[in-house]
Amino acid sequence: AASRTTCRWGRAGAGGGAWRGRAGADTVCAPAQGGGSAVIDMENMDDTSGSSFEDMGEMHQRMKEEEEEEAEGEAGAGEEEDGEFLGMKGLRGQLGRQVADQMWQVGKRQASRAFSLYANIDILRPYFDVEPVQVRARLLESMIPVKMINFPQKIAGELYGPLMLVFTLVAILLHGMKTSDTIIREGTLMGTAIGTCFGYWLGVSSFMYFLAYLCNAQITMVQMLSLLGYGLFGHCITLFVTYNIHFHSLFYIFWLVVGGLSTLRMVAVLVSRTVGHTQRLILCGTLAALHMLFLLYLHFAYHKVVEGILDTLEGPNMPPFQRVARDIPVVSNAVLNTTAKAIALTL
Amino acid sequence: FPGLADVSISQDIPVEGEITVPVGSHSPDEDFSTLDEPVKDTIMRDLKAVGKKFVHVMYPRKSSALLRDWDLWGPLVLCVSLALMLQGGSADSKDDGGPQFAEVFVIIWFGAVVITLNSKLLGGTISFFQSLCVLGYCVMPLTVAMLVCRLVLLAGAGTVSFIIRLIVVGAMFAWSTLASTAFLADSQPPNRKALVVYPIFLFYFVISWMILTFTPQ
Repeated sequence: AASRTTCRWGRAGAGGGAWRGRAGADTVCAPAQGGGSAVIDMENMDDTSGSSFEDMGEMHQRMKEEEEEEAEGEAGAGEEEDGEFLGMKGLRGQLGRQVADQMWQVGKRQASRAFSLYANIDILRPYFDVEPVQVRARLLESMIPVKMINFPQKIAGELYGPLMLVFTLVAILLHGMKTSDTIIREGTLMGTAIGTCFGYWLGVSSFMYFLAYLCNAQITMVQMLSLLGYGLFGHCITLFVTYNIHFHSLFYIFWLVVGGLSTLRMVAVLVSRTVGHTQRLILCGTLAALHMLFLLYLHFAYHKVVEGILDTLEGPNMPPFQRVARDIPVVSNAVLNTTAKAIALTL
Repeated sequence: FPGLADVSISQDIPVEGEITVPVGSHSPDEDFSTLDEPVKDTIMRDLKAVGKKFVHVMYPRKSSALLRDWDLWGPLVLCVSLALMLQGGSADSKDDGGPQFAEVFVIIWFGAVVITLNSKLLGGTISFFQSLCVLGYCVMPLTVAMLVCRLVLLAGAGTVSFIIRLIVVGAMFAWSTLASTAFLADSQPPNRKALVVYPIFLFYFVISWMILTFTPQ
């Protein structure tokens, strides 16, 4: 009997019925501690100030055992009435309050936990409702500029593709940092890459959304995130190719063609959703500049500089950015020229 | 319902019953017996469960044992050992150690959480911890690759050793990805398997990259 953990309620009263679901699910029903006396002291039963749930369970178990031992009707009938009376009375006291409080807390905790977990996931769920075919189609479309800019173009508010593209960009950056033979601790490399890519995606999206709000463009935040995210597809392709084939001219060609195509697409979609020449100019100029400059930054900040690497092999304490410092003045003019041309082209 | 009008319940028939809610799936006696058993038995049982899961990863078959009784002991051991082995790979011997261990740890667990969330958002039927368990256990081939890399680097750090390490890490990376795909892809709707496999591929690629670029000072 001492090892039983079931709470036996001899007479299920109104309050006891409510406990049916909870009894035994947690530790409230403690096992009975030894046998009880044959006579139940009614004054002790009435003492509800210090009685706990376990004591009530224990007392009821004792009562039940006594009933089983006796197996006569008359004593059982007497006990039954007392038991029922006891049950109702015990509930109304402090015990009832304690139990109700406990149940309320447990229920509230479970409900809030479930709500916070499932509500958070469910908010994002519609943005992940895609098929692989759709993702592939959108990836290819992100490189094709639309021609019709008088009619607002549809942007799919989807977050799976952009998120995967950001992670792919992180992976490509890490791969590129290795092929550039930079001797850095992998930890800061990883942190830098993740911070750069996510910072660009989230930060520039927010900034462009703010500008779009100022310029009265019809675009939501999720659409902006999606648009910019898919624009990173061009970046991924360019960096993947040029990290393995180290030619500056090849990089510039890719930068113009691939970067330009994805910029054109983003710009065209934005233009189709904005009215007014000044607003269109502001939005598209900013987006084009940021997009193209980011690709440049990624290439030159993380790229292996063939000319400078022999000069900058000054030891393992060299942080990576100083490696390219020598190269930048050499190409800075060319960079500025091509950047200006690219911006003029996109406008 | 005319027939029910005659039903009457006598007042002195008590309503009685038993509220017996099963505590867990076993009888309470077994719970008490696991409390009373010697500690060695408990530890051996857990170790056997962990070992069985390792065997499942070594030979990936479509079995549900890995998913049903998930535990995070194996992933923790693997993650800690991998992070410890990746320590000391920086060129600066002055201030290494701390951030590197933490970065590896954080990346493994953060990556696993992101993949799990992604698979749940795509409509997967697997639970959060089951997915974490599978991803963590499938890091085992990469831990083995790390061991092999360290041994190879003891012999020398030339081009040949780099090629050997590349082959070993590449093979283990493919093994990890296949093993975790075998477990996780089944829980997805059939036309979205590729969407779930791709982040797993990226995750193990990043870990493989960390292993391959490890150079002891």
